[in-house]
Amino acid sequence: MNDELTAALPTVEMRTGGGAAAFLRKTGAIAMKDLRAELRGREVFSTMTMFSVLAVIIFGMAFDLRVPSAEMVAPGVLWVIILFGGVLGLNRSFGAEMDRGTLPALLMAPMDRSAIYFGKVLANFLFTFATGLVILLIMFFVFDVNMLQPLIFLAVALGTLGSVGVGTIFAALTATTRARESMLPILLLPVMVPVFVAGVALTAAVVDGRNLSSAGNWLGILAGFDLVFLVVAYLLFDIILEEV
Amino acid sequence: MATTTIPRKGSRGLDILQLVLGLVAMGAMMAVMWLSLMYAREAANLAGDEQLAQRIFYVHMGCNIGALAGFLMSVVGSIVYLVKRDLDWDRVAQAAIEVGTIFGLGTIFTGMFWAKPTWNTYWTWDPRLTASTITVLIYIAYLLFRQGIDNRRTRATFGSVYAILAFLSVPLTYFSARWFRSIHPVVFGEGNADAQGGFDIIGESMRQTLNFSMIAFCVLFSALLIIRWRLLRMEDELAELREELA
Repeated sequence: MNDELTAALPTVEMRTGGGAAAFLRKTGAIAMKDLRAELRGREVFSTMTMFSVLAVIIFGMAFDLRVPSAEMVAPGVLWVIILFGGVLGLNRSFGAEMDRGTLPALLMAPMDRSAIYFGKVLANFLFTFATGLVILLIMFFVFDVNMLQPLIFLAVALGTLGSVGVGTIFAALTATTRARESMLPILLLPVMVPVFVAGVALTAAVVDGRNLSSAGNWLGILAGFDLVFLVVAYLLFDIILEEV
Repeated sequence: MATTTIPRKGSRGLDILQLVLGLVAMGAMMAVMWLSLMYAREAANLAGDEQLAQRIFYVHMGCNIGALAGFLMSVVGSIVYLVKRDLDWDRVAQAAIEVGTIFGLGTIFTGMFWAKPTWNTYWTWDPRLTASTITVLIYIAYLLFRQGIDNRRTRATFGSVYAILAFLSVPLTYFSARWFRSIHPVVFGEGNADAQGGFDIIGESMRQTLNFSMIAFCVLFSALLIIRWRLLRMEDELAELREELA
């Protein structure tokens, strides 16, 4: 009887139908939802920015007496704060859905599961990249190092994309585990080492005004990291949400 | 939750395999010690402490092979688990990572003891050293992560997803670290002109020792893997029985 019933109903195509344009629209809808929640609740961007400001000040004090020139530590400080601050925001990405019990509703939305992933990635990217810009601006004043340069903006954008691409899927993995908040950085940071190394090396080359012939290699690592992890995360994300 | 029905009979074959592998591994390890400390001839271009220290290379390389085998096996186990949803493959992945992590730590520590007389430091930011340390940390994180998940199926699925993603970052870590300067000798493949403390594999005795040691460590890896895999099976079986009682 069940078989007859299923046969009689038209197949539901809302999840997958509509092609690329519909997929993009759904991705945008998820991102808009997170942005709107942020505008009303101010949970993610504000805490990340506050953390970043504090971290810049604390690093500044820690290195002030020991390091002859701020240029020597500025690239490392920038990327440490971006990665650590990013973890704060990523924890809220699925943590907030779990706390409010809205994850089942999200899963019932008529869309491909990967649209949820890319929507979350887009929203997290905007939050983290905006935080990155704030860090660069504050470091300009506190460290007196001018990192407001196009190549560094590009590196921060690519690095942030990689960080939230992997971080969003890890946030989904850790959302249901015990000790969620502390587990995410333990999973994320060792995997982010290529981004960290490439980002620091590229930023240091720009700050020192060195020959930028190796910049292509570092941008290549950042872009390759983004591409590999976004594709694999896209393939694996369905499997995670089945279990949540 | 679907119960895993682990066959409780027909393990006689595995018992014998485990025993034979274990005994062979034990004998092979003793042979490796004798070969690398006594049989292999001295390196032509080294003297003093460096001469003595280079003999650790045979164990260092063996551990490295064991770690590599473990981490490759974990990816295979994870992918097959995600396709077939058979918990035996998840146990393969977990056992491989546990054994691989031990070999990975062995690689790092033997390298450090060798590096002190040769490079005059235990630690340096050499790409291979950095990449292997980060890799070991990734897999320790994997083991911690698994412990935090209560549901057996969820633990297997999430662990597999993490194992696959984590493995992808290992080559990227290696290449990103490699573009900083390197002083690690490259014994296989193209040489590193700036390497310090390298030596040529010359003479039959060194090559024989190295080949034997790599095979011996593969046997040791298999023996440990199968023991750990069966132990994990028993743990799951025990958990199931407890659940039935409760």
